[in-house]
Amino acid sequence: MLSLIGRRLLSSIPTLLGVSLVAFFLIRWVPGDPVMLMLGERGGSPELYQQMQAQLGLDRSLGEQYLKFLGHILQGDFGTSVVSRRPVLEEFLARFPATVELSLLALFWAVVLGVPLGVLAAIKRSSFWDYSLMSGALVGYSMPIFWWGMILILFFSVGLGWTPVSGRISVWHEVEVVTGFMLIDTWLSGGGVEVFADALRHMILPAIALGTLPLAAIARMTRSSVLEVLREDYIRTAKAKGLKHRQVVMNHALRNALIPVVTVIGLMGGTLLTGAILTETIFSWPGIGRWLVNSVAARDYPVIQGGILLISFVIITVNLLVDLVYLWVNPLLRDQI
Amino acid sequence: MGNVLLAGTVLKWLALVLILTLSACTSQKREKTLVYCSEGSPSTFNPQLATDGPSFNASSRVIYNRLVDFSPGGTDLIPSLAESWEISKEGRHYTFKLRPGVQFHSRGDFTPTRNFNAEDVLFSFNRQRDKEHPYHSVNNAGYEYFNSMAMGELIQNIVAVDERTVRFELSRPEAPFLANLAMDFASILSAEYAEHLAQREAKEKIDWEPIGTGPYVFRSYVKDNLIRYQAHPEYFEGPAKVSRLVFSITPEPSVRYQKLRAGECHLVAEPSPSDLVSMRTDSRVQVLSQPGLNVGYVAMNVEKPPFDQLKVRQAIHHALNRASYIEAIYMGQAQVAKNPIPPTLWSYNDQVKDYDYNPERARELLREAGFPDGFQAEMWTLPVSRPYNPDGRKMGELIQADLAQVGIRLRLVTFDWPTYLAKARQGEHQLLQLGWTGDNGDPDNFLNVLLGCRGVVAGSNVARWCHQEFEDLISRARTLSDQGEREKLYRQAQKIFKREAPWVTLAHSVVFRALSPEIEGYQISPFGTESFHRIGFK
Repeated sequence: MLSLIGRRLLSSIPTLLGVSLVAFFLIRWVPGDPVMLMLGERGGSPELYQQMQAQLGLDRSLGEQYLKFLGHILQGDFGTSVVSRRPVLEEFLARFPATVELSLLALFWAVVLGVPLGVLAAIKRSSFWDYSLMSGALVGYSMPIFWWGMILILFFSVGLGWTPVSGRISVWHEVEVVTGFMLIDTWLSGGGVEVFADALRHMILPAIALGTLPLAAIARMTRSSVLEVLREDYIRTAKAKGLKHRQVVMNHALRNALIPVVTVIGLMGGTLLTGAILTETIFSWPGIGRWLVNSVAARDYPVIQGGILLISFVIITVNLLVDLVYLWVNPLLRDQI
Repeated sequence: MGNVLLAGTVLKWLALVLILTLSACTSQKREKTLVYCSEGSPSTFNPQLATDGPSFNASSRVIYNRLVDFSPGGTDLIPSLAESWEISKEGRHYTFKLRPGVQFHSRGDFTPTRNFNAEDVLFSFNRQRDKEHPYHSVNNAGYEYFNSMAMGELIQNIVAVDERTVRFELSRPEAPFLANLAMDFASILSAEYAEHLAQREAKEKIDWEPIGTGPYVFRSYVKDNLIRYQAHPEYFEGPAKVSRLVFSITPEPSVRYQKLRAGECHLVAEPSPSDLVSMRTDSRVQVLSQPGLNVGYVAMNVEKPPFDQLKVRQAIHHALNRASYIEAIYMGQAQVAKNPIPPTLWSYNDQVKDYDYNPERARELLREAGFPDGFQAEMWTLPVSRPYNPDGRKMGELIQADLAQVGIRLRLVTFDWPTYLAKARQGEHQLLQLGWTGDNGDPDNFLNVLLGCRGVVAGSNVARWCHQEFEDLISRARTLSDQGEREKLYRQAQKIFKREAPWVTLAHSVVFRALSPEIEGYQISPFGTESFHRIGFK
């Protein structure tokens, strides 16, 4: 087990190196630079322009800049944002919990609803239920998040007034940032149920918007996986033993059918992150998706290269964790490592 | 059917959570808080370091003051931290009498022991101009605004005559200097606080945990989310009407509008022009408007043939039906521009005769210029929505259709904003859409920045038009302190501009703000900046 983790970590080094290379050069290959953006419509003399470039270290050769960037990372320094002039790592850590919290809630609702709906569609195969659930999933899978988020806001927030339009917490609640996870911080700050509920209410719509695509994917995956398993010999055996239908489905079919579903959930890590970019923009959610998009628009090179590297690291870690869960779910694989 | 039961349980559970949370929202206790839905996160809380609207709005007029200020909703200069001032005859010395009894904020472990005085003025400017100043390189500051306005070379010396008197000594007479001091980058910070931080080896906090003299005291900032302020009880103009101010950072304009409708904010930044029609009929929204201090234009790069030919530039003017753009692009909320400065700015020359819409004349001019069959050209369309041009792409299509009538075949091109600026600076374009919102209410701020010869290298003169006669006039006007004299020169300069036609002046737009009907006392600034202390609830 340990050797597996070690091997995986080792093999992630070339990946991270590749990511750093791509992130570094791609953004510099795009025309326009942060100095230009700061000067805006006003412009600035060539001397001023050069002076500002030098101040940001952008006057050095690309190779030199890249090596410097790598060197600093080895010392745990991910650079300093050109826009906010704060360390990239600090900026990342300030926003990362918000994205994780939202993603977890989105994933939670996607799993809690997606798995049962998938099972339902499978056992009611070719029925009205199956067709309506699967066409619903297709719609959910192909719905543009931006549009869907706006519809949710118009219906639930503006129309019915049930949930807030956007943000993380109502402005009249002051919650001290301790962990960065609002649901935890509201408890720690001693605001009680009311503040906690307020934070939760702010999370409902973005979590639904972000979770819709994974929900649809999980429901479809569960359905096809359960259907496959139901055709297996051991299911027939179980039925022949006279087990109740419920037991057959829950204990024999579902447990085996879940293995590919776990894979899909694991792969959702990247999907959630891309979805988070849009969701965070619509719902004014202070997470890393929005942070990165803003940084690209501002040509904030250190944030883009440092941020992408940090995110890649997170995704690699998550994939490793998923593989470990996989081993836990599927004992057969344990012997193969 | 276990799985159905399972799904049912889950749904019930979700419903329970929903009911719980909904019931919680009815027992809310709301203190009167003014909520401003801003469009982006500030990059600093020190306007000396900022170049972007969100940073200025979150700091300049909330936390700080300047020596002089713009009148509320206007461009006139009024006393602020300086009570009065004198300008020496030759126009090189500006002496300011400072207002007594002005208190800085108390915040965290800092409590000011003295009132605002000359030392604070010196600190605020010397940090920006003196490379040896102990705070000059704190937070890797670049002072882009200060430098791009060449303030460093202009200010020769700043002298504290006594505690309440400061004299600025300039290297040359510069008429717009006073107006420059009302701009955001000229905000006054506390020298005592700087010292306090230096002793604690926490200099970098000066730009992030700000102390000023302004109407609101900074309380906290949660990145990308909220900024909180509390009214400054000792504010020298009297405390702000609403004691709590919150910026709720909401990047998407349509979401800001929905938040306003849902009562989650009282005032929104930069409403989208496409929402204007529905805003006006919405009882949950009040819309205010005022002519903006701006101009939208199409610059013709005079270094690129055939636009080096005056007749071609004039022909393009005659070919465009600009009046039709006002309705299509600005929803009628603008007027056709004929001068490079808006009519609300002093020295506007209404006598200037504009080119009329006359495709026949345009074709004639093109024939005379040697293009009987027209020609092919490229126009860059503005990639961002700005008050002076809310929809560059659509504007491009209208211009394209008009020019096609006279035989000019236009190709529309665009890039993302930083690229657009970078390439425009290099002069790679033929026709280019751009515009400007004035930032100090002085004609020099338009005519010199956008059309002066220095602007060609600086990248702000995108027509790359350097005309000696025009340049002489505006250079002379800079050095005169008599406004009547200056006005004459600027009026003359506008005539030359129109004759030489380096830009097609498109429009001066109306700027508008959407706010909650509960709000009163809000005034739109012609500069597009926000201030909050005069706002109250009805």
